[in-house]
Amino acid sequence: MDIQLKRGILDVAVLAAIKDEDSYGYKIIKDLKPYIELSESTLYTILKRLDTAKMLTVNSVEYGGRMRKYYHITDAGIKRIEEFKEEWKEIMAIYKFVAKEEENE
Amino acid sequence: MNKQEFLFELEKALEGLPQEDINDRIEFYGEMIDDLMEEGLPENEALERIGNANEIATDIISETPITKIIKERVKKKRRMRAWEIVLLSLGSPIWLSLGIAFFAVIFSLYVSLWAVVISLWSVFVSFAASSFSLLFGGVVHIITANTPSAICLIATALVCAGLAIFSFYGCLAATKGSAILGQKTVFWIKNCFIKKEAEK
Repeated sequence: MDIQLKRGILDVAVLAAIKDEDSYGYKIIKDLKPYIELSESTLYTILKRLDTAKMLTVNSVEYGGRMRKYYHITDAGIKRIEEFKEEWKEIMAIYKFVAKEEENE
Repeated sequence: MNKQEFLFELEKALEGLPQEDINDRIEFYGEMIDDLMEEGLPENEALERIGNANEIATDIISETPITKIIKERVKKKRRMRAWEIVLLSLGSPIWLSLGIAFFAVIFSLYVSLWAVVISLWSVFVSFAASSFSLLFGGVVHIITANTPSAICLIATALVCAGLAIFSFYGCLAATKGSAILGQKTVFWIKNCFIKKEAEK
């Protein structure tokens, strides 16, 4: 898959994983596993990128005697998910057109 | 290997990056290992899942912008003693010119590499262009009913077209190869900076 496209999709997938409730690194990987395999390094890069873009905030919370970082989605993050859905509608329309062309051949 | 050893190895392999970045990474991987173990995985299996510390470090370094690495190195140099500054400024005619020469050599190698690629492409273009003009000449000779010349010109046009197609794939391969070589060179320069840091 095209790298830029994949990057955009992964960003939104991670945003979706923290949309309903704050989540932490390991849980994000586990929740996304049925859909997409993420390595720890890849997740780190995505979280950094989203943090820089202010689409999420990071809170360190004490958990079982150690610190754990929880990621919280911001309004900008929620907006990004909505934009993605709109963009994807256009892409699906193009896909239908392309697939139909192939059928006719 | 246990968690502490893994994190220590990762930290060592990342030396040369800003300390803040290193700490952040160590925290991230530490938390990940703890969570994997809490899930019931034994320590060694959790570490296996995360992967090799040196390979992870290589990935991280290749993702880090080269400017960040150099900036970090310059920042560390600032904590110098007075005599070091004196020596450094007295020696500047030597090390400065050596440094410039180093980058100039790398740069000229890079430029000459691409010059070869460009010349290969120009070979392709000239083959293609001559095949078209020969074909045109051949058609003109057909119209003027000069058959031997027409056959000769069209045959040469076909040979040129064949050579053009052939050289096109060679050019494509050379371009790709040069791009990869360029990336590797940047990675190598980054590594030079990081290894020197780690030796201290």
